[in-house]
Amino acid sequence: MLHLRVAEPMRECEYSQISTRSSTPMETPYKKRTPKRRKWQAFPGRNKFYCNGRIMMARQTGVFYLTLVLILVTSGLFFAFDCPFLSMQITPAIPVIGGVLFVFVLGTLFRTSFSDPGVLPRATPDEAADLERQIDVANGSSSGYRPPPRTREVVINGQTVKLKYCFTCKIFRPPRASHCSLCDNCVERFDHHCPWVGNCVGKRNYRFFYMFILSLSFLTIFIFAFVITHVILRSHRYGFLNTLKDSPASVLEVVVCFFSVWSIVGLSGFHTYLISSNQTTNEDIKGSWSSKRGKGNYNPYSYGNIFTNCCAALCGPLPPSLIDRRGFVQLDTPQSIPPTNGITMYGSTQSQSHMAAATPLLQSEPVILTDEAFLPGRTSLGGPCSGALPLGGHPTPPTSTPNLSCDNDMLPLRNEQSDGLRHHHTDGGHHHFLTPEEAPSPPGMLPCGSPLGHSHTIQGFYNPASQDSLHEDSVRGLVKLSSV
Amino acid sequence: MATEFHNLQELRQSPSLATKVFIQRDYSEGTVCRFQIKFPSELGSRIERTLFEDTVKTLNTYYAEAEKVGGQSYMEGCLACATAYFIFFCMETRYEKVLKKISGYIQEQNEKIYAPRGLLLTDPVERGMRVIEVSVFEDRGSSGSSPSSNVSSGISQR
Repeated sequence: MLHLRVAEPMRECEYSQISTRSSTPMETPYKKRTPKRRKWQAFPGRNKFYCNGRIMMARQTGVFYLTLVLILVTSGLFFAFDCPFLSMQITPAIPVIGGVLFVFVLGTLFRTSFSDPGVLPRATPDEAADLERQIDVANGSSSGYRPPPRTREVVINGQTVKLKYCFTCKIFRPPRASHCSLCDNCVERFDHHCPWVGNCVGKRNYRFFYMFILSLSFLTIFIFAFVITHVILRSHRYGFLNTLKDSPASVLEVVVCFFSVWSIVGLSGFHTYLISSNQTTNEDIKGSWSSKRGKGNYNPYSYGNIFTNCCAALCGPLPPSLIDRRGFVQLDTPQSIPPTNGITMYGSTQSQSHMAAATPLLQSEPVILTDEAFLPGRTSLGGPCSGALPLGGHPTPPTSTPNLSCDNDMLPLRNEQSDGLRHHHTDGGHHHFLTPEEAPSPPGMLPCGSPLGHSHTIQGFYNPASQDSLHEDSVRGLVKLSSV
Repeated sequence: MATEFHNLQELRQSPSLATKVFIQRDYSEGTVCRFQIKFPSELGSRIERTLFEDTVKTLNTYYAEAEKVGGQSYMEGCLACATAYFIFFCMETRYEKVLKKISGYIQEQNEKIYAPRGLLLTDPVERGMRVIEVSVFEDRGSSGSSPSSNVSSGISQR
């Protein structure tokens, strides 16, 4: 080594390039230390996040604001115009009870709207590949045409239930889970997507939703009843027309409550029925457990009696969120088979050597290798980005490329980070899932977004300086492999 | 069986991942969280069947405890409802407490049993409770076997 230092300074530079601790040529243009991203920023579904990931809602929230305005305005008018009279004439308990109901309604509304309904995180690339292998073995099908819909059957409490494969999330959906097309997520125990609360209703927020509509029914009936009482009492004293002049808001309240009562009370009744029979709206609409489907058709999830069903739905344990919105995107996964290719993208020479090194590990996924081999023809930066796309078999490669730039610290190690590519979904492409057989066609997958993506990619590309030591060690390990 | 001793730290730094084995969920009892106890063939040479099955059974017990609909969960549910669910800002739910116990258990199992055999369990909660991911590392101790043959033999067993 010493003689090299003296006689060949150029060689020394090359050696120092390989060491991850020193600056690589790729690193120097990107001296800016890229901040750590939170997982919600890389979330693949079509959700909106607020308060740094604490609040999670659907994309369309207009109707939610309408709900909020209606509740606030109606209740506000009630407290301002009707309560003073009522508390004096009848009892001050009226505004107190009204206030409690109002707080309860708002609390449950916010809980329903802002919490994670039970979104299932999408499969990691390794999982997806493993499932694909199992399916191919089971079907015995060859590539070239789209295989038949993938299902698995499982017997639950004596009833055969079909588990469907979700092409977007690359998982077999658990029983009762369903994919919400509006939010583009698989949700556990999916009930329905409610625009009024601006979120899906699923396993984790169903009880809040039920409490919301129940308490809102009470509040609506409460306000309706006491506004009518107020108007009647006042009319006895001062006449009807004078009453309307003194308290014009009462008319508005009566109208709003009258029209709301039917729908909300009706909905509460419907959901009470669903809870007592332990069904979801989805199942009820499809008639999954209806006796009309067959003699032996029954609901395998029901506990048998109404009381237990209600208790389980409302007072059962509350599972925590599986998507960990506020966690940081991890770089600590060297132990991931496909992304070892991603690590290579420091420069084309290194990518070649790493590709060779990674080859033994990828024998199970030859298609990905083919893709890799395809890439060096492209720019050294753009290539790897698009090359990383099929590693997870992501369904939306067209929109993925521009976003790889955003997920700059996620690119090389994509075990956990398969989510990152679906940051900005478009409607058009999102159901075009990518099976490993379809993978080797990156140019086809990259329409208009790609030129922008490439230039953008250069800016926010993966900055090795921001890696943690674990990743550095793993990269060094790979380098050793390549030198063998 | 692995002849070379691995510790957890060494494993985490080593990128010589051979393959990953996924233990899927067992839905035969409904939507409760339960994993299949079937011993995967890829692990046949790396770990004793009973040890592995014990780990999965213990995990299933923990999850059953977390999801049990009983006295304590009713108390928690009713209290939460009575406070308009504001209590969730202050209190950790029982499920979360059990999940913490589970991650401690997995860490302990990794240190004592799996790392010495060149395996690594990933907490299912990091995989959306869908799978138990078992990372199988190259068995450096075995003589004459190259990584490629390990992987291809592992895959051909499917």
